[in-house]
Amino acid sequence: MLHIFCPHCGEYREEEEFRCKGQAHIARPLDPEACSDEEWGHFMFFRQNTRGQHRELWVHSTGCRKHFNVIRNTVTYEIEKVYLVGTKPETEGAAS
Amino acid sequence: MSQTNRLSSGGLIDRRKPLSFQYNGKQYQGYEGDTLASALLANGVDIIGRSFKYSRPRGIVAAGAEEPNAVMQIGASEATQIPNVRATQQALYEGLVSSATNGWPNVDFDVMSYVGKIGGKMMPPGFYYKTFMWPQTMWPTYEKYIRKAAGLGRSSTMKDPDQYDTLNHHCDVMIVGAGPTGLAAARAAAATGARVIIADEQEMFGGSLLSSRELINGKPAIDWVRTVVDELSANPDVVMLPRSTVNGYHDHNFVTIHERRADHIGDRAPVGMTRQRMHRVRAHWVVLATGAQERPLVFAHNDVPGVMLASAVTTYIERFGVVPGNELVLMTSNDDAYLTALSWASTGRKVVAVVDSRAKADGDLVKQVIDKGIRVIFGSAVYDVDGGTRVKAARISGLTADGKKLTGKSETLSCDTIASSGGWSPVVHLSCHTGSRPVWDDNIIGFVPGETQQKQLIAGGIRGHYDLLDCLTEGMNCGYVAAERSGYGPVGKRPEYKVARIRRSPAMPLFLVPHLKPISQAPKQFVDLQNDVTSAGIELATREGFESIEHVKRYTAMGFGTDQGKLGNINGMAITAQVLGKSIAETGTTVFRPNYTPITFGAIAGRNCGELFDAKRYSAMQPWHEENGALFEDVGQWKRPWYFPKSGETMQQSLNREVLAVRNSVGILDASTLGKIDIQGKDAREFLARVYTNAWAKLGVGKCRYGLMCKEDGMVFDDGVTSCLAENHFLMTTTTGGAARVLEWLELYHQTEWPELEVYMTSVTDHWATMTISGPNSRKLLAQLTDDIDLDKDTFKFMDWRPGTVAGVPARVFRISFTGELSYEINVSANHGLQVWKKLMEVGKQYDITPYGTETMHVLRAEKGFIIVGQDTDSTLTPYDLGMGWAVAPTKPFSFIGKRGMAREDAVKPNRKQLVGLMAKKPDVVIPEGSQAVANPNQPIPMTMLGHITSSYYSATLGRSIAMGLIRGGLDRMGETVYYPQADGSVIEAEICSPVFYDPKGDRQNV
Ligand SMILES: [Zn+2]
Repeated sequence: MLHIFCPHCGEYREEEEFRCKGQAHIARPLDPEACSDEEWGHFMFFRQNTRGQHRELWVHSTGCRKHFNVIRNTVTYEIEKVYLVGTKPETEGAAS
Repeated sequence: MSQTNRLSSGGLIDRRKPLSFQYNGKQYQGYEGDTLASALLANGVDIIGRSFKYSRPRGIVAAGAEEPNAVMQIGASEATQIPNVRATQQALYEGLVSSATNGWPNVDFDVMSYVGKIGGKMMPPGFYYKTFMWPQTMWPTYEKYIRKAAGLGRSSTMKDPDQYDTLNHHCDVMIVGAGPTGLAAARAAAATGARVIIADEQEMFGGSLLSSRELINGKPAIDWVRTVVDELSANPDVVMLPRSTVNGYHDHNFVTIHERRADHIGDRAPVGMTRQRMHRVRAHWVVLATGAQERPLVFAHNDVPGVMLASAVTTYIERFGVVPGNELVLMTSNDDAYLTALSWASTGRKVVAVVDSRAKADGDLVKQVIDKGIRVIFGSAVYDVDGGTRVKAARISGLTADGKKLTGKSETLSCDTIASSGGWSPVVHLSCHTGSRPVWDDNIIGFVPGETQQKQLIAGGIRGHYDLLDCLTEGMNCGYVAAERSGYGPVGKRPEYKVARIRRSPAMPLFLVPHLKPISQAPKQFVDLQNDVTSAGIELATREGFESIEHVKRYTAMGFGTDQGKLGNINGMAITAQVLGKSIAETGTTVFRPNYTPITFGAIAGRNCGELFDAKRYSAMQPWHEENGALFEDVGQWKRPWYFPKSGETMQQSLNREVLAVRNSVGILDASTLGKIDIQGKDAREFLARVYTNAWAKLGVGKCRYGLMCKEDGMVFDDGVTSCLAENHFLMTTTTGGAARVLEWLELYHQTEWPELEVYMTSVTDHWATMTISGPNSRKLLAQLTDDIDLDKDTFKFMDWRPGTVAGVPARVFRISFTGELSYEINVSANHGLQVWKKLMEVGKQYDITPYGTETMHVLRAEKGFIIVGQDTDSTLTPYDLGMGWAVAPTKPFSFIGKRGMAREDAVKPNRKQLVGLMAKKPDVVIPEGSQAVANPNQPIPMTMLGHITSSYYSATLGRSIAMGLIRGGLDRMGETVYYPQADGSVIEAEICSPVFYDPKGDRQNV
């Protein structure tokens, strides 16, 4: 069970309080009507299956209800970074 | 019964406290301090089970968690039955009742032994896979036979009378294992002031020291153990957990510990005490001091009762004062096992010989044995055993230096016990739980923990370091390091340990002792005793092409038992490597997963059972519902009234009565469970426009509107009515089950996509009690309970809401309808709910007001063709598929969620499944929900399926059955006939129609 630092609450809490919402930084196209079916399909369904550093969106669902991003290593399960939505810190070797 | 194998003195048992116990219906006696296994051995009980596959008699082999055979059924009553308890880990208590798990009809006379050969043939290696090739219809027969014959234990059919619980901890240093290493680590860490938890699976702390004759600082090791235990007990920052198995080592240093608090006391836990407890520990640093388990050698007939682990024999003698036989042959490949010969000799019983696979050895222990005049036969091995229900003799032969072949003459040594040792296997299990793979180390002839991401230190036996002084020193160092890294210390003066080193000569890597015959023809050489996996089985697996160790494991079922291959796996891997001509390092090992030993369901459930299994949610009117005989339906965690039967009514009669009451006068529904989300902020309206498919720009204060929500793929996922409370203030309702999901989804979009919108959302579901009065008399009824809300039909119109007072209580009244009748949804604060409900019932008496539940609500809405999301939809339907294109506003400026998705090629293609009404040709036939529609019921199977029934009821209003369902291209097929074949072979014929069966113009709700 992961031990996750919520940047909004400012403390470590147990994984049970959180939900993972999948890959982070999947931006909704600003003009959906301009997307081809294929592009829209990519936005909706296509996700990376990263080995190593993976940027994920999490929500502190039974806590503060706020979303935030983490970089979690999918091999070691280490959470290497936690950061706010709207930011995207560089990290060595992180998948985009 | 006399304890024929019990010594008159020695050991850690208390001979003044005899305990009587039952095994397989017979009474025996042991002493306080015994395990069930030691007590059975003391009484000379040789056979404690029959083997899984070949039904061979089996005896106790080990003294700890690795025991594969002595797996017991414990419990004096039906309610207290516990299956699969290792006798080696069960403390003896007065009145303990046990029986062998394996063996039918009993362990001494076993039907299976007569058909054992058949059994063996029926279950070759690969059995599980090959079996599925057999006729499937036979499988239940096989399974029954196998289960009965093998006996996997049974759980009670009654409620467990004991309580279990869970405790969450945080600590600085978590120490796993309380042998010399763990105790030294705990002592060091505790000295720094760190919060320490130390857990050990055994009854008492001390580990190997409990059966050791070594001296620490000049005193018996057990004295040191007692001193350290006293010292730690006095420290309030140390939690000591004996009888507590660390079963799982999870991510981020999360450790789960199964504590057996009362299993050593009696059949039931004492009053006021939980039987078992699950500790969930988050530790800064973990020190694994799990030690090592002895590896037996594999030779022919090595499963005959009387063949045991050398270290187990020592433990029984030194700790329990039990000598499990009279004449010992010790077979070893290393020096450590010589301790067993010394222990045995000290009891006055005979050591026939020590058979050492090495050409020579001159370590301290070897010399001591030779000095005692015990015969030591070097360069030899026990390759076969005589005896059926007990060892009669060991057959020995010379062995080539590489251990691959027998050489020279054979000799037969008469004996009743064979102790064997192939060296030690570090207990690496926990280190594997988060994905680390063990690494083979040729120096210690064993696997050691691999690299890990955990904040974990390892010390002592788990590293293959077995010298006592090394264990104490490493343990101490790790204790300090772990504490310092957690922010404690450093400590100035460290204790010093003085232990005489034992000089050991090098061990020999030996796993399988060769036989005179090749592996495939030799008598059975058992690798995994619990699953009856033999070296020949492993060889067969590799010959059939299963060369990866993971495949060999699954093919042979090696390590699949309740012991998880603790005893046999390393030998199995070594033998696999040998037959493949590879090194063990190349072959590798399988990894171990939680749990280390089996855990009871009670401990897993803890307090989360019975009433506390899941939260139950009740509306404010629950007491009234119960008093008035409601039956309840689960909707998520909510308990909702299903219907309110009157005495003598069938369910259908109740529904008919409730439905007609609404249509003809007035009914009342508790609608409090509908999700309610309060939405505020200057951009609230814009936000609604983006998440709903329809338009919200012009919804005025005092108005309500129905909306559909879709996901980005254009498929409907929730619906509900949202009302404008004030210019920047809305109240959204959701489905009962979707409330939390919808709120999280709204937050997701707000927080990640549109943070620039100023909008705030709060769940207010529980704040309001909602009662819907519905029917032609609902206005009259409401009028009698309010004097500040103008109910005039032209002032307070359908889809309006008004604030005011109802029954003297502040209320919001919404004129919305899910029944198609004139309806008012009265919302008051939850605290006033019951009182207002009662008032409505009281005043409504004159209209014969009728409470109705969810089932009647379903019928009423189906008569009107209103959908229920999740019943009529399943995430594959667009609003257009539902015939609800009117609820989509494609011209809205912002591309709302779902708009692009529902325009995809697939979402607009013809012949999609669409929601329609269906009328059975026979009006009294209610088509079962889920029935599949076909165009031609005579088409050979598999038929072309067109869709299925989603909702189906008898409508009292219409005096006939009605249904809603999906049909391919259904909206263009009105009037066509489809067929619903049933499981019983009958076919129901139905006509496609509009789903609005009643009052299609909506006159009744607009009155
Ligand atoms: Zn938080």
